[in-house]
Amino acid sequence: MNRETAASRFEPTVIAYCCTYCAYTAGDLAGSMRLEYAPNVRVIKVPCSGTINSLLLLKAFEDGADAVYVAGCAVGDCHFLRGNLQAMKTVEYTKLLLEEIGLETERLEFFHIPASAGPLFAQRANQMTERARQLGPNPLRSGTPFGAGGKLAVPPDQHPPLPTASFGVLKRHAEQEQ
Amino acid sequence: MNDEGQNLGGNGKVGAVMVVGGGIGGMQAALDLANAGFRVYLVEQSTAIGGRMAQLDKTFPTNDCSMCTISPRLIEVGKHRNIELLTNSDLLAIEGQPGNFQVRLRKRPRYVLLEKCNACGDCLEKCPVALPSEFDAGLAQRKAIWRMYPQAIPGAMAINKSERSPCRLECPAGVNCQGYVALVSSGRFAEAYELIRQRNPFPASCGRVCHHPCESHCNRKDLDEPVAINNLKRFAADWVAGRRAEGDDPAPPPAAQIDPAKPAVAVIGGGPAGLTAARDLALRGYPVTLFEAHEELGGTMLLGIPAYRLPVEVLRRDIADILAAGFTVRTGQRLGRDFTLEDLKAQGFKAVFLAVGCTQAVALTRSTDGGPLAGRELDGVLLGLDFLRDVKLGRNPRLHGKVVVIGGGNVAIDVAMTARRQGADRVEIVCLERREEMPAHAWEIADALEESITINPGWGVKEILGDGRRVRGLRLQRCTRVFDDAGRFAPSFDEHYSHTDADWVIVAIGQRSDFSFLGPDDPLWDAGRRAIEVDKLTLQTRLPWVFAGGDMVTGPSSVVEAVAQGHEAAESIDRYLRGADLHTGRTKEKTNGAPLPPHWQAVAERWQALGPPDDGSHRRASPPRLPPQQRSGYAEIEMTLDEQSAIAEARRCLACGLCSECQQCVAACSAGAIIHDMLPEEVTLDVGAVVLAPGFEPMHGAIRPEYGYGVFPNVITSMEFERILSASGPYQGHVRRPSDGAEPKRIAWIQCVGSRDQQCGNDYCSSVCCMYAVKEAILAVDHVPGLQATIFYNDLRAFGKGFEAYCENAKRQYGVQFKRGLISTVKERPYSKNLLVSFVAEDGEATQEEFDLVVLSVGLRPSPTAVELAERLSIRLNQYGFCYDGGLSLGGTGRQGIYVAGAFAAPMDIPETVVTASAAAAMAAEDLHEVRGTLVEQKTYPPERDVSREEPRVGVFVCRCGTNIARVVGVSELVEYARNLPYVAYAEENLYTCSTDTQRKIIATIHEHRLNRVVVASCTPRTHEQLFQETLREAGLNRHLFEMANIRDQCSWVHASRPKEATLKAKDLVRMAVARAATLRPLEDVQVAVQQRAIVLGAGVAGLTAALSLADQGFETSLVERQSRPGGLALQIHGTSGTLAPSRYVAELAERVERHRLIRLYTDTVVEELSGHVGNFRLTAQQHGRRLEITGGAIVVATGGAAYRPDNEYCYGQHPAVVTQLELEERLQQPGFAASLAQVVMIQCVGSREEHWPHCSRVCCAQAVKNALAIKRANPAAQVFVLYRDMRTYGFEELHYAEARQSGVVFIRFEPPHKPQVSVDAAEGRLTVIVRDEVLGRPVELRPDLLVLSTAARPQPDAADLSQLLKVPLGPDGFFLEAHMKLRPLDFASEGIFLAGLAHGPKSIAESIAQAKGAAARAATILSKGYIERSGIFSEVDQQHCAACLTCVRLCPYSVPRIDEHGVAYIEPASCQGCGLCASVCPRKAIYVRHYRDEQLLAKVDALFVPAEEQSPMAAVWQPGGGSEP
Repeated sequence: MNRETAASRFEPTVIAYCCTYCAYTAGDLAGSMRLEYAPNVRVIKVPCSGTINSLLLLKAFEDGADAVYVAGCAVGDCHFLRGNLQAMKTVEYTKLLLEEIGLETERLEFFHIPASAGPLFAQRANQMTERARQLGPNPLRSGTPFGAGGKLAVPPDQHPPLPTASFGVLKRHAEQEQ
Repeated sequence: MNDEGQNLGGNGKVGAVMVVGGGIGGMQAALDLANAGFRVYLVEQSTAIGGRMAQLDKTFPTNDCSMCTISPRLIEVGKHRNIELLTNSDLLAIEGQPGNFQVRLRKRPRYVLLEKCNACGDCLEKCPVALPSEFDAGLAQRKAIWRMYPQAIPGAMAINKSERSPCRLECPAGVNCQGYVALVSSGRFAEAYELIRQRNPFPASCGRVCHHPCESHCNRKDLDEPVAINNLKRFAADWVAGRRAEGDDPAPPPAAQIDPAKPAVAVIGGGPAGLTAARDLALRGYPVTLFEAHEELGGTMLLGIPAYRLPVEVLRRDIADILAAGFTVRTGQRLGRDFTLEDLKAQGFKAVFLAVGCTQAVALTRSTDGGPLAGRELDGVLLGLDFLRDVKLGRNPRLHGKVVVIGGGNVAIDVAMTARRQGADRVEIVCLERREEMPAHAWEIADALEESITINPGWGVKEILGDGRRVRGLRLQRCTRVFDDAGRFAPSFDEHYSHTDADWVIVAIGQRSDFSFLGPDDPLWDAGRRAIEVDKLTLQTRLPWVFAGGDMVTGPSSVVEAVAQGHEAAESIDRYLRGADLHTGRTKEKTNGAPLPPHWQAVAERWQALGPPDDGSHRRASPPRLPPQQRSGYAEIEMTLDEQSAIAEARRCLACGLCSECQQCVAACSAGAIIHDMLPEEVTLDVGAVVLAPGFEPMHGAIRPEYGYGVFPNVITSMEFERILSASGPYQGHVRRPSDGAEPKRIAWIQCVGSRDQQCGNDYCSSVCCMYAVKEAILAVDHVPGLQATIFYNDLRAFGKGFEAYCENAKRQYGVQFKRGLISTVKERPYSKNLLVSFVAEDGEATQEEFDLVVLSVGLRPSPTAVELAERLSIRLNQYGFCYDGGLSLGGTGRQGIYVAGAFAAPMDIPETVVTASAAAAMAAEDLHEVRGTLVEQKTYPPERDVSREEPRVGVFVCRCGTNIARVVGVSELVEYARNLPYVAYAEENLYTCSTDTQRKIIATIHEHRLNRVVVASCTPRTHEQLFQETLREAGLNRHLFEMANIRDQCSWVHASRPKEATLKAKDLVRMAVARAATLRPLEDVQVAVQQRAIVLGAGVAGLTAALSLADQGFETSLVERQSRPGGLALQIHGTSGTLAPSRYVAELAERVERHRLIRLYTDTVVEELSGHVGNFRLTAQQHGRRLEITGGAIVVATGGAAYRPDNEYCYGQHPAVVTQLELEERLQQPGFAASLAQVVMIQCVGSREEHWPHCSRVCCAQAVKNALAIKRANPAAQVFVLYRDMRTYGFEELHYAEARQSGVVFIRFEPPHKPQVSVDAAEGRLTVIVRDEVLGRPVELRPDLLVLSTAARPQPDAADLSQLLKVPLGPDGFFLEAHMKLRPLDFASEGIFLAGLAHGPKSIAESIAQAKGAAARAATILSKGYIERSGIFSEVDQQHCAACLTCVRLCPYSVPRIDEHGVAYIEPASCQGCGLCASVCPRKAIYVRHYRDEQLLAKVDALFVPAEEQSPMAAVWQPGGGSEP
């Protein structure tokens, strides 16, 4: 542990804006299926992925999020017909803004996660966590003059390293307690 | 129940419906009816609703948690204003006629008041009676007072009682034996002692000398030996005495409150009867004086019972307790010598109880010849009773030599054993009776024999021999019989004589009362009977103020009988003095008491067959005894049981009465909710219709005895395994096996146990077992990684939507093995308790495999009580007891106005149950539509509190979700954390925050702490938000002042192996939720007017049925069909067997539709556009080039499906003799067609279960069987081969499958890699089919003259277009996707749009009809009201900031925003869907979505990154006076 690099000890914080009808439901399904995934993601439920706007995304980075993603229904499946398409546009546009301020655009993503895709939900959570880990801490986190950046909810050292998440394998509680 | 006038509407109909059965079916029917404006009585036999589904762990094929999905619905039913729950109730009779029935019900007592019990569970801790938990399928125990399961509705406890236990009924004194045994078993000895003392003031003494009739009637004797009840009584008494000796009194005797104003009572005689009566009367407040002739109290107990059986100090202890009651005792006062009854009267005693006992010994005066007995005056001839008394009084008479005791009763034994202790060298007992006739108790005789006392039975005394002064011996004559035929004492003797030496002769042949106190003419005296005459029931003598009882009335009897008499006398005297009737309510009649409890009956049978287990664990306790050689003095022979043995012995009690009425719960219940003497009640209710949904019962595992269920502990039923899997089950969700609690590594499922089995009389298929077994196997592998799951099956019946994929997944991802074949036996290995499953594979090879656990997939059958009910109601049942009519009028019962739903109609799974329940609701609603709304109550809420000026006060409720959350997340830590967050005024944890009692608590807490925001940290808001919002409304808070933190689905369930991180994450989620909650504002919801008209799309069977049902419920209906005539696919199905002729049926339906005045049929009409919303849909359509606009409040989508055309498969289209089943049906209509066929081959799964189309088409197997039978019937000579993969003839279709096999149809199974090869003979043009027969293991060649393809049912080719147009989703199979596969099979996620028929997935016509009716019922829940409430969450324009740039107008997917008369954007709340797209694109940020404003979402983001301790109060977001959103 003490020989590990700084990057591997860094535990990113990821925000996921999830639409109620698909992505959030998939998250619940991942729960029902007991799919283990990275505990770094904090879900914020929105009625539709189209509800989000650039401000919500930028503010998350400003506060210190290491990665942010928006998850909505599959193309054509949007409960509100076109909300997810608009959300994709919003994310693309915000990426341009990130680029402008010099933040890696990979820290922001849009994903389609259908309601029935519990495993995909878990996979996306792992994917963004891993990506943020590779990118390292959000530079806005430290010394930012505005917002609350730099203050982690949890000191990074309290996070043990993340094992490779295993999909679809439901662990026995007895094992988990060991 | 209701006012006449209110009840009766149109045609005298009643706007109420009774639903019988509180399972998922009954709940659905009740909700549909209640939401459609009917009053509903939901009658449930058990104590709570929920039925079988509540017992299940997960449901297939989504693995949804059964409890999670059912629990909000339980609450909805429990809370519904228009549903009256009648639990613990049985339907007795239905009278009257359809529309106006009178239903008679019996409400069995719950013994707990629903309105008072708050389910705190305090009683559970006190209840000493453990019974097998029915909910846990007997794998765990529950108490006699219990709640079926934690989420049960109603949540109140209930008490389970049988009749009273036989031990209790047999006790003359009425001691609650079962009660004190139960208390001993749970270690509560003082309570046991107190319970005994209530009815028996001599616990310690009686615990030694009682002849315990309780034990002779103990039901345990049928298993092995009765419980040692009396020893337990003695144990409890001695335990208390032991504690008292140490200076601690855990059971102080009750002291009386004597009321000097009450009339004085005299009791004469200080024996058990007198003492009991004196105590009872004193405890009732009477001043009592007890007169005793001797110097010490106790009577015969003191003077007649030897000390080795009852030490004097033990008796004194009991008497001291009795005297604590507070009555006066005057010893040395003999009636007739020292005072008379008249004296007592003169002294002011108003009543007297005479209980002077039988103290006079009977002397032997007659010889066997009837003459005077010679030698009876000799020295050394004593009377037994006097001898015993002298010994007890310390006069210590010494004996020597040989003592002969004459007599065969208990006293004779006592005399003999005492004589030995008084110096006799040898003791012999001589008696008239033969050994087995001796009246002494067997155990007393055994005691005597143990002490080397000789018994010489069957002799009469001819003469006492002596030397003129002293006795020397006896001359005996053989007694041939003691009693004459009438049972009178009339000994007869033969001419055999014998002699015995004797130094002493002690006569112990009887005793009598000393009536010398009575004058010869005393009015009490019955000269004829030489006794005091008393009323047997009341003990009143000829003098009304004098009562008599005890031995002086009954003759010499036992202590406990005397106690009983004392109680009766006290009762009579009390009544007499109060002037009450002495007889009322008193009876001597005895019942047998409770039988062996049901769960012991099977054990009894097994033990009777095999003997009880020889491990000693079941043996009756025997207290230690003094060895005979040490019995020289008067030390007690028998000792008291030690604590451990007493508890073990008490645990042998079978709890026959179930509840023991020990009253511990009453003491524990601070709410005063428990009423033990609650009585059953009969009520009659007026209803317009009845829906029967009594559900099913899983078959008993022993239905196939060769599988060893009930014998081998590790053979269990599927229901037991469900409970094992369940987190709330017996092993908290750990998969363990019953024998040793070990985790099984190999589990076998045996299918068709009790199904498809002629041998056990159930030859139908139970429809659900294949799927639940697959589900259980998947879950078992989930729980135990590496577990080897094997399913032994016949045909895998995965015929439902998504089932095929589920099974494939089980094979691929979970490694579940499917083995086709027959199980012959299951045997147990002796030590490991593993099981050997002998199994014959399809190819005939017999193998044996070892498993750790075997699960029997038991079938479904109607419960016997349901069958009995149906018979009582004259409802038609099939041969298996199902209410199945086999025809198309699914849901009918043969009795008009009474409908059936769920598994009582046929074995079915949950969604089908829900569908048939909705269908039954529709049929009831059709009957009663004129009186809809006449008996409903509107839900009213308390006025909403204005919280706008209050600073946020957030209450946080953290749910443990049983162990679902608490096992991973540190809940207590989380609560503590939440308590310290800004604005949090209150935080607590709950076992289940969703339970009804917690809801009540939340309301109270909101009031108490003046909360104005609530955060629940539990599961997902998708399922539970509404429930908690309702609670807020009931607490007078706006429902939008609520936020949830999903710490289960998004935390504990997905980070189970990392509890530390999970707890950290849960803290984050709660902190975020609290932060957002502080920013929430009250929103007023919107009422949307509803057009009470329906739109039905598609006029096939489903559409026609739905339209008719809606119209019959009184709603105008527009039926839209794109074809030129209604009927759909069913027109092509002709049916062949009897009643079922779909094509005719559908034609009749169409005719009815066309005639119906409320239905408008639009044919040739193509839907183009849908706008509007629930309550107000606008459909634009094209008809013959014209544009139509059709409006309605709800839509039923019944657009059907399409038949797959197998082009280029199996030579279809290339050879005229290759047809589909549908085409075959057409041809079978031609006369003589069937007769022309010599060989027919049918191929199943054409276009189904293929790689590119993996779905099962559900109906083709039954259709093929039906058509094969039709051919066979028309032409028995025809050979018919059906080439299949699994025959999926579920339910009663199985009977046709069996019939087909019997009538010679040959079924050949093939596997997909070897699909049948069809070729056309080039020369003859004949068809050749080659198929590899999996049973024979080789190819078979067939040359049919007709090849029939069982082709798939597919979605409409343009279903996707309609899906887009209606904005409702399709599933992966291209059929429309319902809102929830289990509980909302007829709903789309979009409100107001419903689904029925083939559009939903492949199904039979009957199933389509049921769905259509069900969808009509669902639609009616919207249409029946003039308005619906819509959420207050919608987009709003800040018109001052609007620049009228039109961005929102262009972008809204629903075209809602418009530029209003002020020249700025306006959004209509009723139309707005609340997606917030406009808000996100508004360049001036002049639009916001209520409840999801930027700052409300960002509150969460901010809170995530700001540690709690540094969070500043969120004044920036919360502003006083903000009020509701502007």
